[in-house]
Amino acid sequence: MNFLDITLDLLSGFGISCLLFCLTLLFAIPLGLLFSFCTMSKHRFIKAPAKVFVWIIRGIPLMLFIFVIYYLPGLIGGASVNIFNTIDREITVAMGASQLMWHGRFLAVLIAFVINYACYFSEIFRGGIESISKGQYEAGQVLGLTKSQIFFKVVLKQVVKRIVPSMSNEIITLVKDTALANAIAIPEIIKCAKDMASTQALIWPIFYTAAFYLLFVGGLTLLFGFVEKKLSYFRG
Amino acid sequence: MSILEVRNFTKSFGDTPVLKGIDFSMEKGETLAIIGSSGSGKTTLLRCLNFLETPDTGKMYVNGDLLFDAEDKSHTSDEAIRKKRLHFGLVFQNFNLFPQYTVLENLCLAPKLLAKERPDFKAHKKEVLAEIEENAKDLLLQVGLSDKMSAYPCQLSGGQQQRVAIARALALSPDILCFDEPTSALDPELTVEVLNVLRSLAKKHLTMVVVTHEMAFASEVADRVLFMDEGVVAFDGKSELAFGADCPCARLRSFLGSIAK
Ligand SMILES: Nc1ncnc2c1ncn2[C@@H]1O[C@H](COP(=O)(O)OP(=O)(O)OP(=O)(O)O)[C@@H](O)[C@H]1O
Ligand SMILES: [Mg+2]
Repeated sequence: MNFLDITLDLLSGFGISCLLFCLTLLFAIPLGLLFSFCTMSKHRFIKAPAKVFVWIIRGIPLMLFIFVIYYLPGLIGGASVNIFNTIDREITVAMGASQLMWHGRFLAVLIAFVINYACYFSEIFRGGIESISKGQYEAGQVLGLTKSQIFFKVVLKQVVKRIVPSMSNEIITLVKDTALANAIAIPEIIKCAKDMASTQALIWPIFYTAAFYLLFVGGLTLLFGFVEKKLSYFRG
Repeated sequence: MSILEVRNFTKSFGDTPVLKGIDFSMEKGETLAIIGSSGSGKTTLLRCLNFLETPDTGKMYVNGDLLFDAEDKSHTSDEAIRKKRLHFGLVFQNFNLFPQYTVLENLCLAPKLLAKERPDFKAHKKEVLAEIEENAKDLLLQVGLSDKMSAYPCQLSGGQQQRVAIARALALSPDILCFDEPTSALDPELTVEVLNVLRSLAKKHLTMVVVTHEMAFASEVADRVLFMDEGVVAFDGKSELAFGADCPCARLRSFLGSIAK
């Protein structure tokens, strides 16, 4: 295998990493917002379970949580077969592929990632929302705005400004956490490199993967810098 | 008919009674100054008028209509309260401008959102929005900030921010505009510019309730004075009487005396 082949192979793995990254963000941000509202709820029966849930998810390793999601449906359903593996097998058959497909297991990882990151995000959102002064809400109220208008038109942008630094940290961690998908053999970039090591005795591609992460994180860092600059026109 | 009539407002926070039966009324065009020592419940009263706190007992009439009744819990939905509070405006001690919006946007935000609820909005969208902006610019002219229209709040001095806050409250044309110590967060030299705006509003016979520690201002501008002491109205009368030598209320005399020192 020459350098180009290896690069392309790793790139296809990194595509899966990126897909996991993007889908996690897409679902975890709204879900995190929902969780943050639950943990700030006035109703005890919403607030307490939400807090406990967030505590549990933040307290266990993401790797462990991936296994939990992967094995749990089978355990609960009493079925001896794992539904995620079943999906994989059926897709493999349907596509007539020679290798076992990974979409079912990807779903398991995605669920674990979304829930895990929604919990982390929810704490960041809660901190941001609670840091906005009561006066902003009251000013909105006396001007006859509805609760949702106050949230979306008055508070949200100020919250976004305040949470950009901590969100950027968390999102960069997410990029690197996608490597955990290889715990259930999803062919993300590090799995690809490891396979090359075992099948072709090539070690350096493992190190080469760092370049992909660094480039991606570099791009994100620029993006966050840009967002921060965009929001620097006001103080609040 | 009085524009505002408050009957027997009481309010406790936990076990602490803060308002212990407040009664007063106001005529249209009147400027009412509320004075009193710290902790006497002035802010709490203003917040009750603006539905930011709910009194434990009491009734409130605006233009003769029953707007609030502590007994009647049937009209306490967010939506009902939102409509009712538009009779009042409130200017806060610390301005509470929206930092991400320009001065003009601060003024137009609420009127534009409210206009969208009007059934004829879609048909006259352009004219309605243009009218709101014209009105906002007019108000900025009145508070002397036409040149700051596209500035952000962080680029303004405290006095300018407070004048914007006043214009923002005026943009909804409330029946009664309330001020909670509008100058107490300001340096003395900035106080003057805000008080001048209040003076001009009083001249235009806007109905105003002003909680203030500026006794000189109260005696000059207010038509009437409400002196609050430990949650009750200890004095309610013409400002000439309140600040005159023959003020009938001993506690008010000693309060004014203690401030003058
Ligand atoms: N949300 C609240 N919870 C508990 N106590 C409160 C609350 N708001 C006000 N109080 C108490 O109510 C009393 C009256 O407060 P209020 O702010 O109305 O006084 P004030 O006359 O405006 O005083 P100041 O001149 O210092 O502004 C104070 O003792 C205060 O501690
Ligand atoms: Mg006060």
